[in-house]
Amino acid sequence: MKKIFGYIVLTLAAFSCKKDNYEAPSSTLSGRLTYQGVPVNVSSKDVSFELWEPGWGKSGAITVAVNQDGSYSALLFNGNYKLIIPPSQGPFRSITDAETKTDTMLLTLSGNRDMDIEVMPYYMIRDAKLELSGTAAVNSTCRLEKIIIDVNARDVETVFLYLNQTTFVDATNYIARSSLAGSDITDPANVHLSVNIPDVISGNGTTGDQDYVYARIGVKISGVEDLLFSEVQQINIK
Amino acid sequence: MKKYLLIIAAAFVMISGCVKDDEFLSTDPKDLLTDDAVWRNPDLVLSVLADLYNRYPEQQTITNWAEFTNFDEAFPSESGQYWRSKQVDYPYDWWNIWDYGYIRDLNLFVQKCQAANELAADVRARFVAEARLLRAAIYFEEVKRMGGVPLIREPMEYNFSGDPTYLRHARAKESDIYDFVISEMDTVKTVLPDDAGIKSRATKWLALAMQSRAALYAASIAKYGVSTPSVSLPGGEVGISADKATAYYQKSLAAAQEIISSNKYSLYKKKAEDLEENFAALFYDKANNPEVIFAQDFKLKSGKTQEWTILNQPWSSAEEQQGGRMNPSLNLALLYEKLDNTYSPFATNNGNDYVYYNDPKDIFAGRDARLGGTIILPGTKFKGVPLDIWAGVMYWKDGKYNTITGDNFGDLDSIPVAGAPKSSQVVGDDGPIDGLQFSAQTGFFVRKFMDPAVGSGQIGTRSDVWWVRYRYAEVLLNAAEAAFELEQPGLSSTYMNQLRERAGFTTPLLDADISFDRIVHERRVELAFEGHELFDNKRWRLAHKVWNGENISAEDVVSNIGKANKVNTMIYGLWGYKIFNPGNPNHNKWVYKVMKPSNVTAAHRFNLGNYYSRIGSDILSNNPKLVKNPNN
Repeated sequence: MKKIFGYIVLTLAAFSCKKDNYEAPSSTLSGRLTYQGVPVNVSSKDVSFELWEPGWGKSGAITVAVNQDGSYSALLFNGNYKLIIPPSQGPFRSITDAETKTDTMLLTLSGNRDMDIEVMPYYMIRDAKLELSGTAAVNSTCRLEKIIIDVNARDVETVFLYLNQTTFVDATNYIARSSLAGSDITDPANVHLSVNIPDVISGNGTTGDQDYVYARIGVKISGVEDLLFSEVQQINIK
Repeated sequence: MKKYLLIIAAAFVMISGCVKDDEFLSTDPKDLLTDDAVWRNPDLVLSVLADLYNRYPEQQTITNWAEFTNFDEAFPSESGQYWRSKQVDYPYDWWNIWDYGYIRDLNLFVQKCQAANELAADVRARFVAEARLLRAAIYFEEVKRMGGVPLIREPMEYNFSGDPTYLRHARAKESDIYDFVISEMDTVKTVLPDDAGIKSRATKWLALAMQSRAALYAASIAKYGVSTPSVSLPGGEVGISADKATAYYQKSLAAAQEIISSNKYSLYKKKAEDLEENFAALFYDKANNPEVIFAQDFKLKSGKTQEWTILNQPWSSAEEQQGGRMNPSLNLALLYEKLDNTYSPFATNNGNDYVYYNDPKDIFAGRDARLGGTIILPGTKFKGVPLDIWAGVMYWKDGKYNTITGDNFGDLDSIPVAGAPKSSQVVGDDGPIDGLQFSAQTGFFVRKFMDPAVGSGQIGTRSDVWWVRYRYAEVLLNAAEAAFELEQPGLSSTYMNQLRERAGFTTPLLDADISFDRIVHERRVELAFEGHELFDNKRWRLAHKVWNGENISAEDVVSNIGKANKVNTMIYGLWGYKIFNPGNPNHNKWVYKVMKPSNVTAAHRFNLGNYYSRIGSDILSNNPKLVKNPNN
């Protein structure tokens, strides 16, 4: 009798749970932040935008982080979303959407979707060239193209050249940098910087036998918190 | 007969045994007090008020030590807290506060107490004034952290109509909240007692001190907010227009001067024979303290005690197997000037050689007494026990110094030099040992608020040293800052020199010496570990400059001392070493090195979105009238 009771309990336990009644999100929304199709490079973890899915009681945003090369991806449920880039995000302004007449973009997701988001950067770093100079320095040249030239135009505060031992290169991840004040730039079409490679490349104190560094140019625009960057480039020292 | 008796008795029980239903359900509770009972008895009202005092908002205090280690004042020497010095960005929801439960309780108290006719009029007036002061204090805290918040001055009631939207209120302007705090203080100061002996309840002088601080905050946000135009909202919920600055500075100065000219308070100078001890005693001496205006008090054997001393006691005199958590930074220690009013790093090197000191304390000689009063330095004593803070032995071998050290408090080892004793101590009993929790990983321990009483370091006893929220020195600093901003440097230097004289300076600052950098510097050294740094840096809009996320080197730390916008993103320490070089005149002398604890891996970055903390998304979606704070 007791044994039967035991079996009943076991059977009940085995059948009492159902499978989870929600599927995990499976649609990938991915793409890049671009200006006229050219990706806008930003720092590694400072820029994000928000997705809002209305109709679910209390509202809260899904924050999507933008990678340093301007790409992003998010795993989402199918549905209708509103996409907004908060005004404080990134070295750019959002473009007024033709459909909503605001900075909000409407977005329907069913299945995977690849979508580039056009933004209006204050500047673009064009023709960035980073190369080894001698054995212990990196030189860079680039052209700063001013994109926003109306009342919202901003000046360049500082141009930096950053080096790091990993592919993450930005204002909080660097082992060496040099800078040039915006007021000292005589020709924005021809901005030169040079930075010395530290003796020990590893920032963590272990010996540096790494024979390459990563470099990129960052532009601080006055009154804008996030920096604009060029693409990360590997520099081989030997 | 017996049977009848039984029937009658039963019938009687049936009839009278039960009370009417409504009476049955309205029995007076025996475990809580009703409104009626409370509002006729002053003692009970006082206990309600005590609860409200107990919920006074705080950010950094002696009861949450780790908050002090988020910036540049101290390093957290506890293995569970190292993440604080490894974190780059401050989360946007840090320091947020949305305590409308407390505000409602205060509103209810004000409303009910005003209607409590059975209390004597003067008693009632004082209670109401105290609650209004506490209400202003929470609004002040809200505006410091969140900007303008909905200003609710009456308890709101829901009418159960099914539509609660009428309870939604929009955010007031930032300046409106400051104006509210300032005007409330004008009202309550006439009612509150003017007895300077009252320290843990509101007085007229607390009202004035709070008014002075609030007006100063509003003034500096108006003045320095210009430098961060993106930290503002079009509706004024964040940001104060620059033309209001002068009026706020005047208000702040006037409130401070009312306290100063009353002569009810003075700087603590009871132990003039030892200025360092005097400055430390200012915080633990609770008997007739002439400087403290308002404090959170504690009492031994009452259940309301604090453990600051247990958490931070040096290992050498520890009464438990713990302590030493807060390690003040070299960045802070460097700020304390030499007695000739000059800034100077600690002399560690003389050209290519070290500077050799006979006594570990000598490197700190001839400085502002507040250095030793705020920080426990190597070579001093705590609770009568000499500190033993040194990082290792530097022995001379093969034409250079080599270092030997241990990995536990006071480790013994043999120095590998011929003729050295077989076993000798190679590291101090207090550390510093890099990565060993409770050791002085920056080379310092905190002294402010430390209790010298025996037993204060025991879990079974704890400490009753109070947490000073307002003191006279801050009032002088408020006056000095407001006077400086109002272009009265003469007045400013008068106030500032009083503090500096107490700290041992003999040459007063001249009017021409007073600058913004000086004002910032004086507040930092006087008010370290009193919960001011974050909010001061916010209102001066310096926070995003001093915590800008850029790595700093040892050379950066020791240069530009006393500059208000000096980058201060990483904590450094100063480690002492004992020289072992028998036969050499430097044998057994001490040298120092600037170093960075290995657990300091990140440079702090305060983003523009940190100036006003994020309002939670649940709060925003409950009340669509609220606007989000900028940049976060």
